[in-house]
Amino acid sequence: MSVILVFLAVVIGFSFWWLFHQKVMEKPWLEHGVHTALPETDVSGMPTAKVALAVFLAVVGSLFALFASAYFMRMDYSDWQAPPLPRILWVNTAILILASVALSCAVRAAREQRRKMTRLALVTAGLATVVFLAGQVTAWRDLAAGGHYLDMNPANGFFYLMTGVHGLHILGGLVALGRTTVKAWDDNVAAEQLRLGVELCAAYWHFLLLVWLGVFVLLAGWAGDLLALCRQILT
Amino acid sequence: MVDATPRAERDIPPAEVPELELYHPKSWWTTYVFSQDAKVIAIQYSGTAVAIGLVALVLSWLMRLQLGFPGTFDFITPEAYYQFITMHGMIMVIYLLTALFLGGFGNYLIPLMVGARDMVFPYVNMLSFWIYLLAVLVLAASFFAPGGPTGAGWTLYPPQAILGGTPGGQDWGIILMLVSLILFIIGFTMGGLNYAVTVIQGRTRGMTLMRMPLTVWGIFTATVMALLAFPALFVACVMMLFDRVLGTSFFMPALVEMGEQLSYGGGSPILFQHLFWFFGHPEVYIVALPAFGIVSDLISTHARKNIFGYRMMVWAIVIIGALSFIVWAHHMYVSGMHPWFGFFFATTTLIIAVPTAIKVYNWVLTLWRGDIHLTVPMLFALAFIVTFVNGGLTGLFLGNVVVDVPLSDTMFVVAHFHMVMGVAPIMVIFGAIYHWYPKITGRMLEDWMGQFHFWVTFVGSYAIFFPMHYVGLVGVPRRYPEIGEAAFMTAPVDNLNAFISVAALIVGFAQMVFLFNLVWSLRFGKEAGPNPWRATSLEWQTPTTPPPHGNWGDERPVVYRWAYDYSVPGAPEDFIPQNDPWPEKVAARPA
Amino acid sequence: MAVALILVLVVLGSILFHILSPWWWTPIASNWGYIDDTLIITFWITGAVFSAVILFMAYCVYRFRHKEGAKAAYQPESKRLEWWLTIVTAVGVAAMLAPGLYVWSQFVTVPDDATEVEVVGQQWQWNYRLPGEDGKLGKSDNRLVTFENPLGIDPEDPAGQDDIVIEAGDLHLPIDKPVKMLLRSIDVLHDFYVPEFRAKMDMVPGMVTYFWFTPTRTGTFEVLCAELCGTGHGYMRGIVAVETEEDYLAWLEGQSTFAELSAPQKLGAAEEAEP
Repeated sequence: MSVILVFLAVVIGFSFWWLFHQKVMEKPWLEHGVHTALPETDVSGMPTAKVALAVFLAVVGSLFALFASAYFMRMDYSDWQAPPLPRILWVNTAILILASVALSCAVRAAREQRRKMTRLALVTAGLATVVFLAGQVTAWRDLAAGGHYLDMNPANGFFYLMTGVHGLHILGGLVALGRTTVKAWDDNVAAEQLRLGVELCAAYWHFLLLVWLGVFVLLAGWAGDLLALCRQILT
Repeated sequence: MVDATPRAERDIPPAEVPELELYHPKSWWTTYVFSQDAKVIAIQYSGTAVAIGLVALVLSWLMRLQLGFPGTFDFITPEAYYQFITMHGMIMVIYLLTALFLGGFGNYLIPLMVGARDMVFPYVNMLSFWIYLLAVLVLAASFFAPGGPTGAGWTLYPPQAILGGTPGGQDWGIILMLVSLILFIIGFTMGGLNYAVTVIQGRTRGMTLMRMPLTVWGIFTATVMALLAFPALFVACVMMLFDRVLGTSFFMPALVEMGEQLSYGGGSPILFQHLFWFFGHPEVYIVALPAFGIVSDLISTHARKNIFGYRMMVWAIVIIGALSFIVWAHHMYVSGMHPWFGFFFATTTLIIAVPTAIKVYNWVLTLWRGDIHLTVPMLFALAFIVTFVNGGLTGLFLGNVVVDVPLSDTMFVVAHFHMVMGVAPIMVIFGAIYHWYPKITGRMLEDWMGQFHFWVTFVGSYAIFFPMHYVGLVGVPRRYPEIGEAAFMTAPVDNLNAFISVAALIVGFAQMVFLFNLVWSLRFGKEAGPNPWRATSLEWQTPTTPPPHGNWGDERPVVYRWAYDYSVPGAPEDFIPQNDPWPEKVAARPA
Repeated sequence: MAVALILVLVVLGSILFHILSPWWWTPIASNWGYIDDTLIITFWITGAVFSAVILFMAYCVYRFRHKEGAKAAYQPESKRLEWWLTIVTAVGVAAMLAPGLYVWSQFVTVPDDATEVEVVGQQWQWNYRLPGEDGKLGKSDNRLVTFENPLGIDPEDPAGQDDIVIEAGDLHLPIDKPVKMLLRSIDVLHDFYVPEFRAKMDMVPGMVTYFWFTPTRTGTFEVLCAELCGTGHGYMRGIVAVETEEDYLAWLEGQSTFAELSAPQKLGAAEEAEP
């Protein structure tokens, strides 16, 4: 359970830091009446959607941290046999990075209010992501063709499960990205609104890229090797 | 034209966060069925939770009939008994308590108490309810599936949960249960995002975090915990579903069922237990923290006194929330995990008793030198303290690893967790319903029915669960459809079991009075007016009662003080609403 | 008034029930008297706290119940009081935790001279295996379980040949000899639970779990399953008999080894040849 505990420590640490900046040490019964209340709306200036996305990403992060924890715990049993890593995963990783980069460009373009550039970057990101998903399916087929089925070994099970859950999250993101792209073509949508949508998509994509890199490292077995190395050093 | 707004209010700069645009319902369907109004969603959540909760209540009667009078009821076979306990447990913990506290009270109270017009994402909020309803329907469907619902115990431990020796293990029961849980978690996450972000972003001007009522603190912290903990159940459910349907071996070791080697191999049942309890222990506090918050407000309002040590109460809620993530394995002392974990988890578990005890002291100290109105909500709050202290203290037996060894898996455990997370939170739920019903409907609940309901429920449930500890001390294991007479018993427990069963039936039927009261008072209850309890928090200051869609009329309220200005020296009344600027010029006041 | 009275009655009733009721734990038959002691400490501390809190509450309800014209005091907090209460609580918690952890460290430290006894749970019966003359249990694996080899003992392992196998029978143990119970399951979770021994532990398929104890009283004791294991869970009972050394040895004589059980024909032939 170490992965999830580290993840939670970060989340809880951040929450405490945030709470600490919300004057939780003050005595609220002393600061009554209009004078002290006047300027105080301590609600952050951040758009609500961004806060919500941050909370949601914490939930997604917790989900994958738990999968990783389960992976490490299950790995210790003797029947564990990792399947070979499909080569195409390297290509997929590159493509997902491309999608993330494209969205970064989209954010910049949206901030500078360059509509055409925004559209181009959004479409690129969308297409790259679709290709990534297709690549993931190909990876599954490669594995299956090599005789590494889901129920043959827990390592295979985790491979299909984690790539599948990650893919579903990407798929959900594609819906949001699609809606944002439609907005980019609608001239009635204000630049502000479009910018927010693009920024949200970009943040989600960057996060899922990060998750994917984590999953990739895990599935490639490097994380396990690293863990073994740490243990050796410790003992 | 005279500007009626107080001068101070005119000077206040507009809120930095633009108000959210409300969706305006156009038809009956979008007003009452596919409503995006948090208050309607709250009632939908509560209604669904209570409906499925009644099923669980009936199941508990059937269980008690079997335990109290074994052999009398032929239709309660061991299979049926295990199906009853499983469904009873799962429904009560997840589909009733979690849904009612967060989906019900959270939806109704958060926007009103923080001065928002609605949740921040009303559409997602509506989806959350419909997915929850779907989860409940899938769960209920398992009663009608071939083989019936699962009988794996609410903890669903593999391997038995997905094997033929357990009811529903090789039929649809377990599959429907897992699918329903997965749906519930998806639905909850949608709702939970709303509750958390509404507290972070939706507060009105002047409503700093430290001015929020403890109800909001409790629900907020519980929501954040639930958002982080439910993924563990999600992972466990998905992996078990894979094991059951696709033949993987995440949790399944090599085993022989009824003389036949199964194709599973190498997996670890303990892994499931870790994931389950990583969710399961925070879940206890997900139910308890909203109850802590609500009961603080009930006690303060009805004792006409500020909650004693508000800051300590807030810190305790947050610290309990954080600590509850590192105590999960105290459910697994005798599970076969490495015994050295026992030292760590016993220590963390007993440490968590300290902030919890502080909360109890502060509730009781709030009563000290108060002006205690023994209304029905107050009675339920007092009953909460009694049952919670009782159940919390027996937790010290079970949390202290070596003391847990003889007691674990006995009826002592059953008695403990029913007292602490069954009876105690339900006392708060009842108190809260008596307290807020006037706001929701505009009418008071009938008092004599409330008194009757309270006394039968409180005395009755204490009579059920206090003696049950001793059934466990005698050594009777839990999850036995009958124990009979055994040599190890210092005295036969059958009379005691029969007594408990009778008490359970009486308490169960008293709930019918409550349900009748809910319906009867809707029409014939006394008119309540906007603020019958003379309370300070914002939900009582709405311009109309019951509050309409949008809550606040033209202007959102402005908050000038914390939620506990009761019996302030020098004030004209014994309470000052949060949106009351009294006195305009602040005089020095004793701290 | 009535409310305060009933709160007092709840406390008194609970204490009286605790003292007077005949339902109490069964007399101990193992060395884990310390566990009972920590339980008693916990009872005293928690009982005192429960009574104090509820009686204080009853007093408040009586003394400060609403009277016409009364007004509550205004006191947001008292740091001193809260700190004192925190410290007192922490001390009380430590007073329960310290002995608990001390006894737990004994519970998890198996003495070197403990004899190993294996319990194998199965839906829904108890099987046992004792090391034979070599004092060692042979290897085992659930994959090897067959009708003839119900415990999955490895036939290749010479240490397993003289193991004594008791299928769905009673277990006998000599008095005053520490035993390490090795717990295995061939299907689902079970839990070997004898109320008189106080100790218990889950049996997990694919793993060997353990606990240790020393029987201190002769007699027959009922074994119950304490972890839900399917439909027959409530009826999964067995017998453990604690006997004097002589009785135990006499019983042991009558048991069969794995080798005898797995080669019944050969054994029969040998018996015929003997006289």
